[in-house]
Amino acid sequence: MTVHFINRDGERLTATAKEGESLLEVVVNQNLGIDGFGACEGTLACSTCHLIFEEDVFQKLDTITDEELDMLDLAYGLTDTSRLGCQVCVKKAMDGLTVQVPVEVADMRRELEVENSKIKG
Amino acid sequence: SAHHRLARVDIYEKLPVPFGLVRFGVAPDHPEVKNVINTFTQTAHSDRCAYYGNVTIGKDVMVKELQRAYHAVVLSYGAEDNQILGIPGENLSTVYSARAFVGWYNGLPENRDLKPDLSSETAVVLGQGNVALDVARVLLSPLDILRTDITEGSLAAIACSKVKRVWLVGRRGPLQVAFTIKELREMINLPGTRPLLDPADFTGLGDVIKDVPRPRKRLTELMIKSALEKPGEKEAARWASATKEWGLKFQRSPLEVLPAADGKQARGIRMAVTRLEGSGESARAVPTGEVEELECRLILSSIGYRSLPLDSSIPFDPKLGIIPNSLGRVQGAPGLYCSGWVKRGPTGVIITTMNDSFDTAQSVLEDLQMGVLNLSNSKEGFKSVRSILHSRGVHPVTFSDWEKIDAAEVARGKLAGKPREKIVDPQEMLQLISH
Repeated sequence: MTVHFINRDGERLTATAKEGESLLEVVVNQNLGIDGFGACEGTLACSTCHLIFEEDVFQKLDTITDEELDMLDLAYGLTDTSRLGCQVCVKKAMDGLTVQVPVEVADMRRELEVENSKIKG
Repeated sequence: SAHHRLARVDIYEKLPVPFGLVRFGVAPDHPEVKNVINTFTQTAHSDRCAYYGNVTIGKDVMVKELQRAYHAVVLSYGAEDNQILGIPGENLSTVYSARAFVGWYNGLPENRDLKPDLSSETAVVLGQGNVALDVARVLLSPLDILRTDITEGSLAAIACSKVKRVWLVGRRGPLQVAFTIKELREMINLPGTRPLLDPADFTGLGDVIKDVPRPRKRLTELMIKSALEKPGEKEAARWASATKEWGLKFQRSPLEVLPAADGKQARGIRMAVTRLEGSGESARAVPTGEVEELECRLILSSIGYRSLPLDSSIPFDPKLGIIPNSLGRVQGAPGLYCSGWVKRGPTGVIITTMNDSFDTAQSVLEDLQMGVLNLSNSKEGFKSVRSILHSRGVHPVTFSDWEKIDAAEVARGKLAGKPREKIVDPQEMLQLISH
């Protein structure tokens, strides 16, 4: 199956996924160039595999556990359709799925600095 | 390095062994948090990356010498010291910084002889962050949970410990606790223990948090539930049979550590009762004039880490405890960068510091691309540093040397049924690799 990851710089990374693989496993197995993704190796000890889903896909995902919510609470750029990639497993109905790697606070702040310096001229 | 195919990175570290707080700060019963070592190891194995341990910057080699040898120097040496309380009695013999206590059980060489006094029933931890919860948990955990990569010496000491009750004391209220929900949940569920939460601290709090961001809301809801709701059957049974307990005391600001009759140990702590001005994260604790005393001998101060200036040539803000910088570029020092706690201050979890490092790396890459770093001057890198170190009698420890130390620790651990037995004497480490 095919899954698309929109990286932080906007680049679309397309990967082959096996049914039952977690999205973290897809990133690791397919060697996708997403910096610092999955630092704790899927043990719910960090939030670096944070991904943003489209609303309709998000609603159909398996129920989130307290343990996942606990770590998701520490993620940057948390949205209403955020999940941890290590806890979401690929299903047949998800073929062609597109997920967004969240833009970090640092990246947003850098854009602001660039904008500010432009205004100051 | 993935973003610039020709960049070489050399890492210098004061201790023989790498990984910093991942090895010496993360609690021994949190092994999953240490999985990030695998990512670090992969990076270190790149042929464009080299690790040099046992090298103290500011003593064995100076920053200016590094700047002559490299196009860019990034300072990411963290926060090795702790905030002081600034109250009378804080130097009594049974008062320790949480930083030193954590270093002790995690095998940090400088803390190996701490010998904390665990001979009395009640311990007070000043602070309500994740480090405070870590020390409370290590003090109260059943030994089978603790049998991990905690040092043999500290495990033996804890096995003889008389500590039964740990209070985590904060100057402000429940809405300002700095610990996070996973760690709190772990504490609430700690086998053999019961939580001591005063319902009066939590009554009516549910209404106040209706509109706060989800992380603060869920954290507060968990405290409210544990304090006000009747526990389920299993939990009630565990609390009833618990031999140890821990609790949260709010709105108490330490004024003085009271000396015991011998004048050396602590016998208690005097605290100002505070009220809050303002709300949320920026609420301030103001003394009410009322004072309270808590009897205890063991006091652990967990009020934050603190960075120190490395080398007199580097700008340092002693008030903020950081190197003045803009997006990781050290102010007034082209070619010098900083990242992590020495750049932003000593807070945040691994993801915070990881993202911050990516941020600094981005600044370095930009400066490379824009020609801010003059690449037309070729630099010698480690070649010139090696001769400086050699002339000063310093022998750097390479990553493959570390892997020998690593293998020895794992082998020793196997004999004791532990993932590793950490070597706590740097001389022993150096002898092992025949330095």
